Amino acid sequence: MSKFAKKKDEGLPAVNTAALPDIVFMLLFFFMTVTVMKDSTLKVENTLPNASETKKLEKKDRVIYIYVGAPTSQYASQFGKEPKIQLNDKFADPSSVGDYILQERAKKAQELQNVLTTALKVDKNANMGLISDIKQELRKVNALKVNYTTYEGDAFNNLQ
Amino acid sequence: MPKRGAPAEVNAGSMADIAFLLLIFFLVTTTIETDAGLDRMLPPIEPPENDVVIKQKNIFEVNINKNGQLLVEDELTDIKNLRERAIAFLDNGGDGTCTYCKGAKNTESSDNPTKAIISLKNDRETKYSTYITVQNELVGAYNDLRNREAQRLFKRDFVDMEAEYLNPETESSTKDDLKEKVKRVQDLFPQKLSEAETSAN
Repeated sequence: MSKFAKKKDEGLPAVNTAALPDIVFMLLFFFMTVTVMKDSTLKVENTLPNASETKKLEKKDRVIYIYVGAPTSQYASQFGKEPKIQLNDKFADPSSVGDYILQERAKKAQELQNVLTTALKVDKNANMGLISDIKQELRKVNALKVNYTTYEGDAFNNLQ
Repeated sequence: MPKRGAPAEVNAGSMADIAFLLLIFFLVTTTIETDAGLDRMLPPIEPPENDVVIKQKNIFEVNINKNGQLLVEDELTDIKNLRERAIAFLDNGGDGTCTYCKGAKNTESSDNPTKAIISLKNDRETKYSTYITVQNELVGAYNDLRNREAQRLFKRDFVDMEAEYLNPETESSTKDDLKEKVKRVQDLFPQKLSEAETSAN
């Protein structure tokens, strides 16, 4: 009988927290591996227009990005306020878009080279002349699949 | 002489705090984003070998000027009515060969959805946002019609089916099944959206 009575006054044992760092580290490694650092810094204004009938751009390795917009205030004194094209990290003319596409295409794996999409991230204040020039260049290098990247939203918000 | 015993243990109690700190940093900086947008195909640069003659009534002309005004079939139109007009045109079924069309069957408008072409022209000074709105409305018109047919045939929205089909996580057996359905609805209302070269002024 006394065997059972003895345990009474011990109280609750403390929860063992020794494994807590392990759990936290596990989460840490998860987030470290899924984090994608931005690869190019934007030098142009890039407020995308809204659209509602969008499709998702899956598989980032099959996408080539082209940015268009007015240079940000930091570069405005040097490059003016007219919308410009940004390829990778520098400003470019419409005529160099074709070369850029070919260059980027050559970097991709063989089997992906025919399924590439060109994502046009264009500021909503740009005008169509520049876009038409880009489209013309894209047609020349046979990069026909384009995606006008937009935000999800009501398209009529664009008109204000 | 100082007391010599076993070396003191390093206190690892704050390791969790350090790990938490790092964790919170990565949590905050992570952006798991997928871009979305309007998918379009550009026309190939080589002109087609045999020029096809297209009847004027099968072409739905949309013209955007530099002030963002719309000229639809030679009529000034508000952008809010564009989707409606496009649907009416695509769904017309003028020659009676289209069994699923619910349009007005106007003989002056398109013969059949498979023959109907939307031609979009814009000025060099048109604002990009206006252009996207117009594109969005035209794609929306196609999607509305396709949704209607998909609901009738498969009791499901077309946009829904297509999204599942394109999602890389969908199993391949479901994908094969969806592929057929998506194709079938697409063929009922094929997207024929032609973009002519921009006019110079």
